[in-house]
Amino acid sequence: MSTSHLTDKINQAMAQGRKAVMPYLPAGYPTKDAFWKHIEDLDAAGADIIEVGVPFSDPVADGPVVEQAALCCLEQGVTLGWILEELTQRRSAIQAGIVLMGYMNPFLQYGIPKLALDAAQAGVNGLIIADLPLEESDEIRNVLQEQGIALIPLVGLNSSMERLRMHADKAAGFVYFVSVMGTTGVRDALPEELRNALIQARQSFSIPLALGFGLHSPAQLQGVETVVDGVVMGSALIRHLDATGKVGDFLVPWMIAR
Amino acid sequence: MKKGYFGDFGGRFAPELLMPPLLELEEAMERIMAGEAFQRELTELLTHFVGRPTALYHCANLSREVGFGVWLKREDLAHTGAHKINNTVGQALLAKHMGKTKLVAETGAGQHGVATATAAALLGLECIVYMGAEDVVRQAHNVQRMELLGATVRPVESGSRTLKDAINAAMRHWIAEQAATHYCLGSAVGPHPFPLLVRELQAVIGREALAQFQERTGKLPDRVVACVGGGSNAIGMFHAFVPHEQVALIGVEAAGDGSPGCCHSATLSTGTPGVLHGTMTKLLQTIEGQILPSHSLAPGLDYPGVGPEHAHLQALGRAEYVCVTDDQALAGFMRLARAEGILPALESSHALAYVLGLSGTLPVTVDVIVCLSGRGDKDLEIVRQALVKREG
Repeated sequence: MSTSHLTDKINQAMAQGRKAVMPYLPAGYPTKDAFWKHIEDLDAAGADIIEVGVPFSDPVADGPVVEQAALCCLEQGVTLGWILEELTQRRSAIQAGIVLMGYMNPFLQYGIPKLALDAAQAGVNGLIIADLPLEESDEIRNVLQEQGIALIPLVGLNSSMERLRMHADKAAGFVYFVSVMGTTGVRDALPEELRNALIQARQSFSIPLALGFGLHSPAQLQGVETVVDGVVMGSALIRHLDATGKVGDFLVPWMIAR
Repeated sequence: MKKGYFGDFGGRFAPELLMPPLLELEEAMERIMAGEAFQRELTELLTHFVGRPTALYHCANLSREVGFGVWLKREDLAHTGAHKINNTVGQALLAKHMGKTKLVAETGAGQHGVATATAAALLGLECIVYMGAEDVVRQAHNVQRMELLGATVRPVESGSRTLKDAINAAMRHWIAEQAATHYCLGSAVGPHPFPLLVRELQAVIGREALAQFQERTGKLPDRVVACVGGGSNAIGMFHAFVPHEQVALIGVEAAGDGSPGCCHSATLSTGTPGVLHGTMTKLLQTIEGQILPSHSLAPGLDYPGVGPEHAHLQALGRAEYVCVTDDQALAGFMRLARAEGILPALESSHALAYVLGLSGTLPVTVDVIVCLSGRGDKDLEIVRQALVKREG
């Protein structure tokens, strides 16, 4: 099976003259029922790839907004098993690519071979594991790949050329570039050194480059718009949902961002 | 063995953004810390600042009571009152050689925070300490000590507001501030190379104990016992004895109030393998992999994970891990105080309580060394409240 479905999704958006739009929402937020309605709305609003957060009790790479949302999901009894079961029922109605984003331990406890099979059955196209660096990832990448699921690498401002090259040998789907040195969460401004770091990453990878962490407005992309193929929004979307009860309209300004 | 692993345990499960500083630290361990000049400087500090070697004390009164030989490795006599200073002086020195100007740390009982603040003050480094909000209350005295030493204490309100949440916060801080900052991790946990680094810096405890005991008795001890939360005093105590297979190694975990289903911290006795804070180890977790809250009367044992090397020693059968309840630990605290005039930390009281529980079961020729990892001054308020509650 192919792991290029996510690449295709991003390329299709680029062909329409815009960045691929990738909203992130923790599974079960704000309630187990409302969550799936919001996923449908994000899909209808044109999301190219939807990142479904798999809640974990100790999310060390997340800031307070995502952490609180994830804990809220856990309090409602959200599990990886529930996410995959629900997704299996609903996947055919969702156009967007689906990526699960979470931490190693819940995936590990589910069982990696079972995860690969059930996630493929549920139509999952990719996995992002925030605490799985390149050095520990071969085994899980191979098992996922056999089921056509891409293990998306995370890189950042401090990734050396050497590490970027090591990632490039194994990367599939797209590359998630972390825009800031820190955790998830809205920032007013992105770091000055971001453009050069993105150019360096762009030269290293043949697959698309998505920018995430800290994004809340398309205006932030000024200066990096030519080197980014997709954008991920999490904390800003959660805040918008908390404030308005809706998610679809959050995507509108991003859909025209070039 | 795979690099950074102890058998099936260990590894480096950290966000990609932490890989450069982890690799930098690993390289510094090999290049700087292994060097003769660094080791000389460290030995100098351990001798004249920390006060090593600490005493190996034969408890004549307790030994008479229990019917076998009880010895204490007196880490409570080290500067700042606990074994934690061995690790922080070493890591702070390494950080300084690496050109770092700041230390970030987490603390549960406060002893690691105090020890980090102390090492930072000595070596002219800035210091920020994350501490679970619940522990800030439980260990107010240590918060004051850290602040007097010039450190900034940041209470952590998220999660269970204890040590595991303080580690999450410190790791987040390190991700953001890695260029100038060293994360001075307080136990033999975390992603590689921390479990190895902390063990190397704490191994002085066991090396001294082994030499001191042999000098005094001309033989090896029969058993070596230490409390295990994250497990740094225990791994430091055990390391020199691991090759001596006739010496039984016993780690003592906290069983909380001991009732079925209670929150406790007995990770090795009741946990299952999983990944937390960058390492594959044994954890208190749900079947879905969510980390369970832990609890112990002793704040320093209140952690749902454990150092990966302990999980390995247990899997090998080289060390045995047992549990002691809050009440037993409290009784151990009182008994040492009255019998020998020493107030032990509540963490160490767990190890002591296990040994006292062997009373009358061992021949008089048996000798047991207990790592008295810290002094009990910090726990006086907890002990007072527990005694009031017990007396009803």
